[in-house]
Amino acid sequence: MQELQSSKFNCMVKRMYNNVPFYRLKFDEIGLKPDDIKDIEQLKDLPFTTKNDLRDNYPFGLFTVPQSDVVRIHASSGTTGKPTVVGYTHSDIEVWAEVVARSLTMAGIHSGDTIQIAYGYGPFTGGLGLHYGAEKIGATVIPISTGNTKKQLQFMTDFKATVLACTPSYAAHLGECIANDGISPDDIKLRIGVFGAEPWTNELRCQIENLLSLKAFDIYGLSEVIGPGVSMECECQCGNHVFEDHFIPEIIDPETLEVLPDGEIGELVFTTVSKMAMPLLRYRTRDLTRLHREKCDCGRTLVRMEKCLGRTDDMLIIRGVNVFPSQIESVLMDMSEITPHYQIIVRRENNLDTMEILVEVDQKNWSDSIRELEGIRRRIDNNIKSMLGIGAKIRLVEPNTIERSEGKAKRVIDYRK
Amino acid sequence: MHIKQLSVFLEDRSGRLTELTRILAVNDINITALSVAETADYGIVRMVVGRPELAKDVLEKAGFSIGLTDVVCINMPDQPGSLYNILEILTNNSINVDYMYAFSNNDVALAVIRAADIQRVTEVLDRNRLKLLSQSDIYQL
Repeated sequence: MQELQSSKFNCMVKRMYNNVPFYRLKFDEIGLKPDDIKDIEQLKDLPFTTKNDLRDNYPFGLFTVPQSDVVRIHASSGTTGKPTVVGYTHSDIEVWAEVVARSLTMAGIHSGDTIQIAYGYGPFTGGLGLHYGAEKIGATVIPISTGNTKKQLQFMTDFKATVLACTPSYAAHLGECIANDGISPDDIKLRIGVFGAEPWTNELRCQIENLLSLKAFDIYGLSEVIGPGVSMECECQCGNHVFEDHFIPEIIDPETLEVLPDGEIGELVFTTVSKMAMPLLRYRTRDLTRLHREKCDCGRTLVRMEKCLGRTDDMLIIRGVNVFPSQIESVLMDMSEITPHYQIIVRRENNLDTMEILVEVDQKNWSDSIRELEGIRRRIDNNIKSMLGIGAKIRLVEPNTIERSEGKAKRVIDYRK
Repeated sequence: MHIKQLSVFLEDRSGRLTELTRILAVNDINITALSVAETADYGIVRMVVGRPELAKDVLEKAGFSIGLTDVVCINMPDQPGSLYNILEILTNNSINVDYMYAFSNNDVALAVIRAADIQRVTEVLDRNRLKLLSQSDIYQL
């Protein structure tokens, strides 16, 4: 593996140096020429690339091939500032389809399966990424994209979809709609879910698996690196296997930028040695996780990354304490009296940060005794306090009052910004 | 004999109780008794209505969180000591009341009582020859 990585790495560095002024400048600054770089071990001495670098070179400044070789352009939603643009050559699209095909196979999906792709089609990489991989393994694809929940359920039952691919929050929403619309579980043929594009917890996994009667797998990716299919869970579900022949992961300390040893939590960094149109050198994902290199029970030797704790930019600092929405989710999903939907509202009142968590009571399964409802509230409050060390105001709200998302869920509203 | 009480979870938001009663009104459902228990953020509306199953159905379709709870509705003379008489019986039988609401009109007083083991409440009160209302009695009120 290391030999393969090294030879691809060397080619990548040459292409970067020769074609992109931004990279040439960075290499010249540290006094390195492409010929000095022969081994993947040297990666740790090279400069990082950040999302800001992508924005500064908007839109095509980091492409290493002439535009005539670029066959596709994707762009991330970019809620703040410019969108992040990525380009693909024919061979990039081929690699992408290959890694998604591998991912689907890893989850046990094969030709004969019918995959309902409810990720957004368009500049977002979710829809088309899954699409090409699913076609590559010969599955039947329903390219329904996001939204129109009624049609989703109709196609799911009428076309007998066996696999659902979408964001975990939308999967939970679809599951609730099935229960509420009185659709018979016999009419749902789903057996596998491929969920990603937002951080989610094992507790949410259990809820989705119960609602939809399927086995849920985590697919990880980000458009800058390629899109979905950077890493994928196998049947052992003990972390996602990274396709290291294309994407080389490192974990760094986000403060000191030093590489951390395996097993330590830090920021995930990727170098994309196969990509032609827009390779990235040590791209900082802002995702926090750790790596495990021991052989997996499934027999694969590919390095595993743990489920992401969250993105460094999702992290809230409340009264000096680091809080990830995923930590709050894991507390809430353990309780059956509430729905899998929640929202965290952060405010600053009299110079003090306050966190309010809205939780929906279940429409069917709730108690009409105030004592019991207050008991639920206190239990959430205590569990959050013991997990985070800070308190939150828990507010029980009516079902369906928290906005449902068809793509990435909006879990946090921070009024301090 | 016990009856079905309709319990509704309501957020403390202006207009929610109005919306609730509007839906009952357009569906021609009569409210016999109603009480609101409130906390800082939410309340629980408990109601005795003519057609509880229908009420549950139309309110759920409108997105409300609805529960049906077994309660007893006792008919007693509107005079001093009536309620004491009933509660003393319950106490002597070690029955703990979770919540109750009551009203009187003309010569009749009605009390709605919720306790954990509603079956036993019914038996105890029947044995003491107290008059419990049935669902069809309520419908005619």
